[in-house]
Amino acid sequence: MSDADRIDARTAEAGTREPLTGTLIFERGAEESRCVEPPVLDVPSVDLEDVLGGHARAMAPVLPHVTEVELARHYEHLASANFGVDSGFYPLGSCTMKYNPKVDEWACRLPGFARIHPYQPEETVQGALELMWGLQEALAEVAGLPAVSLQPAAGAHGELTGLLTIRAYHTANGDPRRRVLVPDSAHGTNPATVAMCGYEVVQVPSDERGGVDVAALKRLLDIDVAALMLTNPNTLGLFDENILEITSAVHEVGALAYCDGANLNAIMGWSRPGDMGFDALHINLHKTFATPHGGGGPGAGPVAVSDALAPYLPGPVVAQRDGGFAFAYPERSIGRVRSYAGNFGVLVRAYTYIRAVGGDGLRDISGQAVLSANYLKTLLADAWPVPYDRTCMHEFVMSGGPLRKSTGVRTLDVAKRLLDYGIHPPTVYFPLIVDEAMMVEPTETESKETLERFAAVLRRIAEEAAEDSGLLHGAPYSTPVRRLDEAAAVKNADVAWSPGDGSER
Amino acid sequence: MRFIPVTCGEQDEMLDSVGVPSIDGLYEDIPVGARLARPLDLPGAMGEIELAAHIEKLAAANEDGSRMVSFLGGGCYDHYVPAIVDSVVSKPAFFTAYTPYQPEVSQGTLQAIYEYQSMICQLTGMEVSNASMYDGATALAEAALMAARVTKRHRVVVSATVHPEWRETLATYVESGTLEVVEVAAKDGVSDGAAIAAALDDATAALLIASPSFYGTLEDLRSLGEAAHEVGALFVVATDPVLLGVLEPPASYGADIVVGEGQSLGNAISFGGPGLGVFACRKAHIRQMPGRVAGRTTDVDGRTGFVLTFSTREQHIRREKATSNICSNHSLNALAAGVYLAAMGADGLAGIGRASVAKAHYLEGALVATGRFERVFDAPFAAEFTLRYRGEATAMQARLRESGYLAGLDLGRFSADDAGLVMFAVTERHTRAVLDRFVEEVSAL
Repeated sequence: MSDADRIDARTAEAGTREPLTGTLIFERGAEESRCVEPPVLDVPSVDLEDVLGGHARAMAPVLPHVTEVELARHYEHLASANFGVDSGFYPLGSCTMKYNPKVDEWACRLPGFARIHPYQPEETVQGALELMWGLQEALAEVAGLPAVSLQPAAGAHGELTGLLTIRAYHTANGDPRRRVLVPDSAHGTNPATVAMCGYEVVQVPSDERGGVDVAALKRLLDIDVAALMLTNPNTLGLFDENILEITSAVHEVGALAYCDGANLNAIMGWSRPGDMGFDALHINLHKTFATPHGGGGPGAGPVAVSDALAPYLPGPVVAQRDGGFAFAYPERSIGRVRSYAGNFGVLVRAYTYIRAVGGDGLRDISGQAVLSANYLKTLLADAWPVPYDRTCMHEFVMSGGPLRKSTGVRTLDVAKRLLDYGIHPPTVYFPLIVDEAMMVEPTETESKETLERFAAVLRRIAEEAAEDSGLLHGAPYSTPVRRLDEAAAVKNADVAWSPGDGSER
Repeated sequence: MRFIPVTCGEQDEMLDSVGVPSIDGLYEDIPVGARLARPLDLPGAMGEIELAAHIEKLAAANEDGSRMVSFLGGGCYDHYVPAIVDSVVSKPAFFTAYTPYQPEVSQGTLQAIYEYQSMICQLTGMEVSNASMYDGATALAEAALMAARVTKRHRVVVSATVHPEWRETLATYVESGTLEVVEVAAKDGVSDGAAIAAALDDATAALLIASPSFYGTLEDLRSLGEAAHEVGALFVVATDPVLLGVLEPPASYGADIVVGEGQSLGNAISFGGPGLGVFACRKAHIRQMPGRVAGRTTDVDGRTGFVLTFSTREQHIRREKATSNICSNHSLNALAAGVYLAAMGADGLAGIGRASVAKAHYLEGALVATGRFERVFDAPFAAEFTLRYRGEATAMQARLRESGYLAGLDLGRFSADDAGLVMFAVTERHTRAVLDRFVEEVSAL
């Protein structure tokens, strides 16, 4: 037995290390354990049953009871089972997983931002209002659209806001209309939003170059169409060459053009949705403006609109008044789409980012994002086919269709295998118009070396697929857990722990 | 540039490989008329040192809770946030991750969401919680839409004691005519039971009530819930989850959907956002629930793991037939809530509730005793209460601000009917000494 073998054997013997995840916080600690002590009462105590009018809680909720050290370690273990942008390459197409600067995190935690109340008198929050005003101005400039509301909490929320604004505009003109056109390559949120706004969804096909089929669009346009919702650059990562013709055709029938700004990271300082003829746009601050995705949120989805739509924006917006800043309510506002003025903590981060990089920096960022995507596409050209192969913007969509045909290995398997190489997979199976789609968005914050390694890994995986498809069907092997039984998750519907479910300590 | 690791030399090599002479060459698909021919009209870049000074100056131009004694509430409360909370949400593996599409490398986020859901179920008494929504207002609007799907009815009744901004959000969400909203005026600071019973009919999908109400009062949830169920409507209750350590859970009163603003659970006030939209319901209705939900399952090796589940409700699969267009949650805020509730435990949360309630009642009694304020409502309240100021409320608030107090919320800003009413929010952070000093200032007015 070699030394190495002996060490392996001993490690195996000692190998009772607790898994990082799976044990719930409810199952840790002890009945008497505490992390935070309840405050000492310095006023006369009250009889809760009496003062709460009979609404005092009879049975305490069952919550964890742990010491701070157990709590700290629990979440450290959970964190170590997570993959974030700081962990490694995260080319999740359409999500713009760029690096989140740490100075932004510092900024939003300053007491002057974190501990101000939305109902404070405006003269006591001039710094916050100035920041929001500055952000509105910057976003308007990048969008090429003059009026901005920072209220929406997310991209989908921005879509809802934008479309309701358009609806209010049509209604005010005595012509509410019934249909909204959405390309077949659109994000699922687009048709879902259209339905929430009470409109009928009509799908527009793509042409052979990956853009909107203009002839088909023109056939669908009539005076009952309220709007076209379009992502440009689109979800194939392509800039629609016919954009001016598209938006003018939309306007010809009295409809408006809505831009899903998911892909704004490609074009800042190069082309502006307002100049393309769009009337409204939502901007994902958590994509383009580097605010963190937070494991799913909070983000922010401000909406920028034309002068014609500005009176319908949700309030409050920030305006300059008497040498200072104040909340203002657009005169024909659709009303608010949430409580208070917006996801302010996210707005602080985005503002900080914009001031850090400046106007020229935004243009450089987009330029590099586009170059990095094209470079990566070039590196992969002979191994991974791109169905609509032309100069891409900040992302491109490859097809795993041929690989599946030749080896039986699906895009899902490739994605899972990437995890073993320490890389977060691209967006898979979207857009729906590409067979076995893999949507790759490297962002500008990755080094040339990282891009080259990713290309090498993807080539290696294609080889693995040819040599031993079983290896890929079984992947991943090195992650905290392996493929999970999603059907059982639905069948068992175990969506909350409860004291009686047997897993209690 | 500091966030672009590609060097100038490497950039040239990359351009060579792609086969374009410069980055401009990558933008040739853009029609000339849609190109921006000038630089963006924005300020130039700033180094981190100058930037930090600029940001600090903006922050310092705000009078924050560390410089003022604030009694402002109205849905946003200054409860203490234990240090461990920010330590956890500051971990890059949590905050730089996206929504957990790849569960094998997202177990941290998924388990944290599952634990959060479990805690919300414990607090509210409901069987199912989603992974969270944007805020309380949007959670309420989504609850109304969900009730319509469950009951196949298209009319909801909402009490005017629900937060005015939540009611406005609901109105915006249904503006296109997807739902008819009937608002029933308040009576003595609580819901008008008789008027609500009269407004409910067999076309009503839901009755929407908040307790504590916007005025801080506690509603008669039992009879309101019975009235809703009598006509086959769902009973939607908005609550303040941080008080559920001391308040009977909405499920006890027959709530079918519970929503709430969860900011108080470990999140900064942050000028009102991001908040945390709490959303919980009955298991029978899970397929009509909006938003993400995490479920526990096992992997191919039999290990416990977590996934997003019931996703056939969601927009990326169902598109226009989805239960909502939401495609995210406020995950980091939900994480903070989970850490907060684990740190507090049931005792700690009850202690926070008890202290807030006791201090609120102490202050209320003392303010009334000054003779400057009078009681207007008989209904019980928890940690927030409404009084009438005997005088000009705005002038009173302006004077007290000079002494470093944000003296409550002037309800006249929401409705002319409520002019002269001032609402005070109290938390465990207000010490008796601070409350006594404030009362002295009021007496001296």
